[in-house]
Amino acid sequence: MSEQALSASGREWRSETVSLGMWVFLLTEVMFFGVLFLAYFHVRHGDPEGFGIASRHVHEWLGTLNTAILLTSSLSMAFAVRAAAEDDRKALLRLLIVTALLGVAFLGVKGTEYFLEWNDGLVPRLNFEYAGPHPRTVAEFFFLYFVMTGVHAVHLTIGIGAVAWNALRARRDAHVARREDAIEAVGLYWHFVDVIWVFLYPLFYLVLLYR
Amino acid sequence: MTHPPEWLLPAASEGAGRIDALFFSLLALTGFVAVAIALVALVFCVKYRRGSAADRSDPPSQLKALEIAWSTIPLVIFIGIFVWGARVYASLYQPADGAMKVFAVGKQWMWRIEHANGRREIDELHLPVDEPVRIVIATEDVIHSFYIPAFRVKQDAVPGRYTGLTVTPTRVGTYELLCSEYCGTDHARMGGHVIVMPKAQFAKWLAEGAPAGSMAAQGKATFQRLGCTGCHDPRSSLHAPELAGLFGRAVHLQDGRTVIADEAYIRDSILLPKKDVVAGFEPVMPSYQGQASEGDLLELIAYLRAQ
Amino acid sequence: MSYLTEGFTLGSWLFTKDHKRIGILYALAITVFFFLGGIAATLIRLELATPAGDLVGADTYNKLFTLHGVVMVWFFLIPSIPSTLGNFLVPLMIGAREVAFPRLNILSWWIYVLGGLFVVATLVLGGVDTGWTFYTPYSTMFSNSYVVMAAAGVFVVGFSSILTGLNFIVTIHRMRAPGMTWFRMPLFVWAMYATSLILVLATPVLAMTLTLMAVERLWHVGIFDPALGGDPLLFQHLFWFYSHPAVYIMVLPAMGVASEVITCFARKRVFGYRFMAYAILGIAGFGFLVWGHHMFVSGQSIYAGMVFSLLSYMVAVPSAIKVFNWTATLYKGSIEFSAPMIYALGFVGLFTIGGLTGLFLAALAVDVHLTDTYFVVAHFHYIMVGGTVMAYFGGLHFWWPKVTGRMYPETLARVAALVMFFGFNLTFFPQYILGYLGMPRRYHEYSPDLQLLNVLSSAGASILAVGYLMPLAYLTWAMFHGKRAPSNPWHAKGLEWATTSPPPKDNFDAMPEVPRVPYEYDPRETPA
Repeated sequence: MSEQALSASGREWRSETVSLGMWVFLLTEVMFFGVLFLAYFHVRHGDPEGFGIASRHVHEWLGTLNTAILLTSSLSMAFAVRAAAEDDRKALLRLLIVTALLGVAFLGVKGTEYFLEWNDGLVPRLNFEYAGPHPRTVAEFFFLYFVMTGVHAVHLTIGIGAVAWNALRARRDAHVARREDAIEAVGLYWHFVDVIWVFLYPLFYLVLLYR
Repeated sequence: MTHPPEWLLPAASEGAGRIDALFFSLLALTGFVAVAIALVALVFCVKYRRGSAADRSDPPSQLKALEIAWSTIPLVIFIGIFVWGARVYASLYQPADGAMKVFAVGKQWMWRIEHANGRREIDELHLPVDEPVRIVIATEDVIHSFYIPAFRVKQDAVPGRYTGLTVTPTRVGTYELLCSEYCGTDHARMGGHVIVMPKAQFAKWLAEGAPAGSMAAQGKATFQRLGCTGCHDPRSSLHAPELAGLFGRAVHLQDGRTVIADEAYIRDSILLPKKDVVAGFEPVMPSYQGQASEGDLLELIAYLRAQ
Repeated sequence: MSYLTEGFTLGSWLFTKDHKRIGILYALAITVFFFLGGIAATLIRLELATPAGDLVGADTYNKLFTLHGVVMVWFFLIPSIPSTLGNFLVPLMIGAREVAFPRLNILSWWIYVLGGLFVVATLVLGGVDTGWTFYTPYSTMFSNSYVVMAAAGVFVVGFSSILTGLNFIVTIHRMRAPGMTWFRMPLFVWAMYATSLILVLATPVLAMTLTLMAVERLWHVGIFDPALGGDPLLFQHLFWFYSHPAVYIMVLPAMGVASEVITCFARKRVFGYRFMAYAILGIAGFGFLVWGHHMFVSGQSIYAGMVFSLLSYMVAVPSAIKVFNWTATLYKGSIEFSAPMIYALGFVGLFTIGGLTGLFLAALAVDVHLTDTYFVVAHFHYIMVGGTVMAYFGGLHFWWPKVTGRMYPETLARVAALVMFFGFNLTFFPQYILGYLGMPRRYHEYSPDLQLLNVLSSAGASILAVGYLMPLAYLTWAMFHGKRAPSNPWHAKGLEWATTSPPPKDNFDAMPEVPRVPYEYDPRETPA
C-alpha cells in the first residue's frame, strides 16, 4: 500500500500504530536512562555530602536557563503536532523551525557549560584539578554529570535532526496532514527528551537547595 | 592437586551435613517427579500412538480443578524448600560468638591466609577440628571466590569490602581449597589445601611457626610504619580521634549518623577518611589507598581490636 | 508466485522488507555464529578430555569460553527462534500481510550483522577473556584483551533485539486479522509477545551497563571499581537484571514452538490454553524479579538472597504448569512420532530436567555449594541448549515445508533428533555430578579424579556435534532437492497453513477465516 493511497481512516490507523511503536521505543529509553539514574542514586547514597559539595561547582543559572529553553521547545512542539493534525502547513513549518532552534540553543548553552567546567578543571580523567574535600565523590559526580547530560544531548541532537527533517519534508508537501503520524511520533520523542532533562536538572543543579 | 580419596565428596564440616541433607532430599523429590512425568508421558505415547485402538472419546481440553491442583501443590512444596534452604543459608553467615578468626586475602592467583597470632600461610589453611571458625575474606585485585567443596561453603571475595563465613570442620584430613570465581589466567591453579588437625596438634602448629608477634603486634608495627602514631597517639599535638577501645564501639559522625566501628568502618576510615568523619574533628586525614595493602589493613584492624 | 521467486538479485534479499525473507537472512546469519560458537565449544571439550592443560594454554582457553558464551548467547540463542521463525511466522499466524515496521525489520538484521562484525574483529585481533559476564573490576582494570570491542558488539546487537521486539509488540497489537482476538492467538504468538516485552525492557539495561563498563575501562573513571569509589556488585545487579530475563528470551519462544508441534502431532487441542497463555506472561513478569539468585555468595545481604530465592520459586510454578499441560495434551491424542514431534518431546524432557535442577540452585544453602560449579553449567545448558536448541530444530523441521516449499528427509531427521538427544544428555548429565563434586566452572585444568566424567562429557559433545551437522547437511540438500511440499503437509490448523507453501509475497491470496479457538484438532479424525 502506498502512502498516497491511504484513506483518512487508514491514516488514523497508521498514526495510532506509529504512536504505539514510539511508546514502546520510549519504554526502552526509560530503561536505558534508568540504569544511569540508578547509578546516580547508588553513588549519591554512598556520600550525600560529597554530592552537595560537588553540585556547587555546576552553573545552576545556565542549567535553569536550559530548563526554560527546553520547556518552551516542548510547547512549540505540541503546537506543531496540532498544526499537522489541522493540516496547517505554514504554522507547522514555523513551529518545527522554532522547536529545532530552541534545541540548538539548548545545546549551545550546554556546550558553554562544558567549556566552563573544562576551564575549572572538573572533567574527570581529562582535566581534573579539584583539590577540595570529598575529591572522589566529586569526581564520581562529574563522571555521572558528563555521561548523563552527554547521553541526553545525543538524544536531543537526534531529536533536532528528526524535527529538521520533518520540516524539510513538510516544506515540499501540500498536505501535511499526511505526515501526522511521523510528526506525532517525533513530538512524543521530543517530550520524552524534555522530561529526562526535567529529572536531570534537580539531580545535578539543585542538590543543595533542599538541604 | 591431590583430591580426597573418596569418590564422592567428603562432608567435613558441620554445615556440610545439613547442606547434603537438603541436596539429597531435593534429588529424591525431583528424581521422583522427573520419573513420574516421564512414565506418564511414555504411557500416553504408547497408548495413544497413531493407529492404536485406544478410546479417544471426549478428550478434555481443560480441567480447572486439576490445573489449580498442579499449580498450588508445587507452590506449597517450593515454599517448603525455600524455608529449609534459607534456614541453613542463614546459619552459614551467623557470626558464632567466640569463633576463632582467620583472614583470607585473594590475589591473582593465590590465597594468603593469616591467623590471629600472626602465622601466615599461602594456599594452605590449617584449622582445628570441631572449632567454629570465622573466615574473613578480602581481595587485593579482582573478585575471587573462596571455595572449600568438602565444607560445602563458598564466598566471593569482593574488592573494597569484607565478606566472610562461619564454618566448623568436623573431620581431620586434607581437603581442596579453590577459587570458584573466574579471575584471569591462572584461575584454575588458584588454591591449595585445607588441613584440618586435632586441636592439640593445631595449637602446636600455630605456635611453632608464629612470627615475632601476633597479628595485632604486627598491626602495631604497621601502625608505626605508616606514621599513624603521628596524629593518633594520645600524646600527639595534632587533634585526631582516640583509637583505644574503638573497635565495636558506636561512633558519632559529623553528619549526625552513628555507626559501629567494625572491620568495614575501620577499613573505610583508612582508605576513604573523608567518608565517615567523626563528630568534632576536621577531615584532615589523608587516604592510605595504595599505601596500605589488604594484609596491612587486616593487621591494623587486629591491632585496634586488641587495643 | 511465491515470496522466494519475487526477485533473484542479491539486493532483493539484502534490502528486502518482506518479513519472510528477513527471517531467512537471520537464519543464515545465526547459523554462521552457531558453528563459530560450536567450534569454540568443541575446543573446550577437547581440552577438558584430559586433566592437564595440554591442548591450549590458560589464556587461550579463557578466550575460548568467552567467545563461546558471547557468540552463543547474543548471536545465536537470543535471535534464534524470535528472529528466524518469529519473523517468518508472527504475521502469518495472526493473518497479517507484513510486520508493522518492515523497514525497521531489515534495519535490525543489518544491525545484527554489524554487531557480528565487531565480534569477528575481536576474534581476529586476539579475543577477549572476561567470560560472557564481563564482571568488573576484571573487565575494567585487569584484563589485557579486547574487552571494549567485544562489548561494543554486544551493545550493537542489542539494538537489533530491541527493534525486533518493538516490531512484534506493535504487529501483534495492531495487525491481527479481524476475528483474531487475543485468546484466539496461537501460543507461539503469545510467547513471541512476552519475549518481545522482555527484549524491549531488559536489553537497554545491558546496553547502558556495558557502556559504563567500557567507559570505565577506557578512562579509568567510573562507578564499578572500588578503587575509584565504585561498587562491583552494582555491575552484577545491572548485568543480571538483563541476563536473567534473557534466559526467558531464549526459552519462551521454545515453549511456543513446542505447543504448536505437540498439538499438531497429537491431534489435540492444547490442554489448558488459558493457563498456558497466563503462564507465559507470568514467567515473563516474574523473570524480572529474580536476578539476585545469581548472587547468593556475591556478598549481597542475606536478606536480599532470601527474597530472590523465594521469588525464584514463584517463577518455577508457571514453568511446572507448562510441563504438566504438555503432558496432559498427549492424553487421548493420536500421536505421530514425526521428526518435529521427537524434537518437541525432547525439548519437554530436557527442559524438565533443567527446570528441576534449577530448584537446587534456588535453594539458598545448596546454591552456596553448587554455584560457580559445573552444576550450574549443566543446568543452564539443559535449559538453553537442551531446551531452546531442540525446540529451534523442531520448529525448523515443522515449518521447513512452509518456508522452503520442500519436504526434508524424514528418516534422517528422526535419526538426527535422537542423536542430538542422546549426545546432549551424555555431554551435560555428567556435568551435574562434576558440579556436586566441586569442579568450578571456567577451569582449564582439573583434578585427575574427575577425568572419567569429563571424558564422558567430551565424548557426548562429539556425538552432539554429529547431531548438529546432520541437519546442516540434509536441510541444505532438501532446500534444492527435497520433495515439493503441499500447502499443509501436517494437516495443521494455524493460519500459516492456510496459504501456499511457500507463501506469496503478501502472505495470503485471500484473507483466511479465523477459527473460533486455536488448535481445533480432533484425535478421531486421523489425517491420511
